[in-house]
Amino acid sequence: MFDTLSEKLQATLSDVRSRGTLTEADVNAAMREIRLALLEADVNFKVVKSFTSTVKERCLGADVLGKLNPGQQVVKIVDEELTALMGGESATVDFASRPPTVILMAGLQGSGKTTATAKLARYLMTEHDSSVALAACDVYRPAAVDQLVKVGGQVGATVYEQGIERDPVDIARWALDQAKRDGKDVLIVDTAGRLHVDEKLMDELVKIRKAVKPTTVLLVVDAMTGQDAVNVAEQFAGAVAFDGVLMSKLDGDARGGAALSVKAVTGKPIMFASTGEKLDQFERFHPDRMAQRILGMGDVLSFIEKAEAQIDEDEAKELERKLRRNEFTFEDFLSQLKMMRKMGPLQSLLGMIPGFQGAALKNVKVDERELDRIEAIILSMTPLERRRPDLIKGSRRLRIARGSGTSVQHVNQLVKQFGQMQKLMKQLGKGKMPDLQAMMRQGR
Amino acid sequence: MARDWSDLFITDGARPATIGDGASLADEPERRRGFFKRLRTNLSKTREALGAEIQATLLEGDVDEDTWERLEEALIMADVGAATTARVVGELESEAAGGAISGGEALSRRLAGMLAEIARTGEDRIDLRHAPTVIMAVGVNGTGKTTTIGKLAWHLQHELGLKVVLGAADTFRAAAVQQLEGWARRAGCEIVSGPEGSDPGSVAFEAVRQGRELGADVVIVDTAGRLHTQDDLMAELAKVRRVIAKQIDDAPHETLLTVDATTGQNGLRQAKLFSEAVPVDGIVLTKLDGTAKGGIALAIAGELGIAVKLIGIGEALEDLRPFDADDYAQALLT
Repeated sequence: MFDTLSEKLQATLSDVRSRGTLTEADVNAAMREIRLALLEADVNFKVVKSFTSTVKERCLGADVLGKLNPGQQVVKIVDEELTALMGGESATVDFASRPPTVILMAGLQGSGKTTATAKLARYLMTEHDSSVALAACDVYRPAAVDQLVKVGGQVGATVYEQGIERDPVDIARWALDQAKRDGKDVLIVDTAGRLHVDEKLMDELVKIRKAVKPTTVLLVVDAMTGQDAVNVAEQFAGAVAFDGVLMSKLDGDARGGAALSVKAVTGKPIMFASTGEKLDQFERFHPDRMAQRILGMGDVLSFIEKAEAQIDEDEAKELERKLRRNEFTFEDFLSQLKMMRKMGPLQSLLGMIPGFQGAALKNVKVDERELDRIEAIILSMTPLERRRPDLIKGSRRLRIARGSGTSVQHVNQLVKQFGQMQKLMKQLGKGKMPDLQAMMRQGR
Repeated sequence: MARDWSDLFITDGARPATIGDGASLADEPERRRGFFKRLRTNLSKTREALGAEIQATLLEGDVDEDTWERLEEALIMADVGAATTARVVGELESEAAGGAISGGEALSRRLAGMLAEIARTGEDRIDLRHAPTVIMAVGVNGTGKTTTIGKLAWHLQHELGLKVVLGAADTFRAAAVQQLEGWARRAGCEIVSGPEGSDPGSVAFEAVRQGRELGADVVIVDTAGRLHTQDDLMAELAKVRRVIAKQIDDAPHETLLTVDATTGQNGLRQAKLFSEAVPVDGIVLTKLDGTAKGGIALAIAGELGIAVKLIGIGEALEDLRPFDADDYAQALLT
């Protein structure tokens, strides 16, 4: 029934507000949800364990009487801790004082090294104006060299390749000489995918590292990696001491808990994110966004921040009273509309409107232009009309339509929808949850 | 005893089942020994971490609250997922409480049995009695589709003596065709390809057409890796399937989804969304030779009822193997 952690937490902690404090039982219940959410996001079991114990401690001392409800309060604490764990700032590659800067790419088979190599090249060429060369050191996977030549060519990078007969260590050394000779700013060394437990191939990687003395070693990690991310990261860290991580395939729907696990066990920052099939779908990594993605609560958090600034508890209570007594007027509607719009796109806020929490509004699509129109129509009404919509007939309708630059149909529609909404509020006030979408459709 | 290729495939008896080229027949005993040794070493790597933990928890001391917690941990660490883990441990716990099983050894035997039961779902064989049988390989980028197809083609040609035609319908990834061509050469089979960026549907169509013309037994169609969230690419996959069906009514007869054993809970989403686009008949669980245990395959089998049919346990040709539920459960636990 509940999709996101924040919804789950709010359901779990729904009765806390009336009691005023979070008991240990409440916190334990919340921690169970957090633990499950993190595990579903593939955060490593051990990382989850230590994380929840930190969060638990903070929650036990938390004040739950503020402007946020207890569920939101806990979400906020989780987010703060998660962001802290992910590392606040986004790190990037170091450039060598004497070019070429050498970047060594490492990772498991199929993690997306070759594509990432070309994407990184493109990024450095466009963002840093660097001249970039690529070294084709994957001599094992059939046609890997061809692939690098092709994608390298597509982004306009020079590709140094010597086929698949030579030793990758020699190719790397040779490519470095070529890069120096050609005066390249950056050389990115693509290597074969290898298992972290394959001693022979890990040894080869160490040799390549020694041969080219990279400025930065990047570990490419598939965003969909599960619990094993920790083993992989630890082994690669032990062998080649990577400096940062490049998360690939972040355009899917994986929560990407591996990012957190890798950061937690190695302390190395996630530097880049590869976010699509196209070679320009590549960006600096944003730790804070990742924290939110892992818990699937992106927009909710920005709402919380904004709500803290915008929503006045008393005003909300007054509104609730009006709703229940069916005194809700176009004037209230307008002020609500304005307040909400100050907070950003309505789509992401809908589920969080006081009285509307939960799933009922989740699937409603909001057209922001429609809201502009609604505002204009209400603003064209007289104060009396706003309080008594039943007056809006005949010439008043025409006047409002002209004044707002809309049509009589639009005015009719809004008045009708408003009537529906009042009915709905009345039902909500009685504690019933009507089929909102059906009502909205009816209103049109 | 592990399942063998002949257990995996349904063939009509008339077909020469295990006659390959003369050399491989003569080498048979030698190769089989080599294989078992390889399987043992590969699986023991897989076993190591999880096995040690479970043995310590289940086989020593009394069964108490800690036992369940640590068992839970072990399954989660194997990527089995919270839901399936909770179900398995809960069931085991109630059986133990009811007195049906007692003692660490019985418990771990029962656990292995339960895991194998979950893994053993639906039709776990591949029916090759069509002429030709069309197999389509689908999956997320980097899961090992092309490698799996190459090895599968080799096995079909050499172990089952079947005539295979490959269709290189991954027209998107740079050099994907060359990669498959490399495999076709090794396996000694025909390959049909089109220019890079061309319509994958037309390549698939042509491959099946040529397969029929050449009297092939099996046509295997490779497709480009794609994330299950890319609606347009998933629609393209459905189209490739429809195009194949234009050649042979009930084809493709077998759609295999490759899942990387390293994959976490997202694997379930992959299997779900791929099955929505094209009916998936089986899972190929690849890269089991690392430290990842591929527990997501259990979750997929348990929740979606899709059987694992093949596993990849290494780089070598013999490292593509028919999946055996009991072996797999044992590998997780011993």
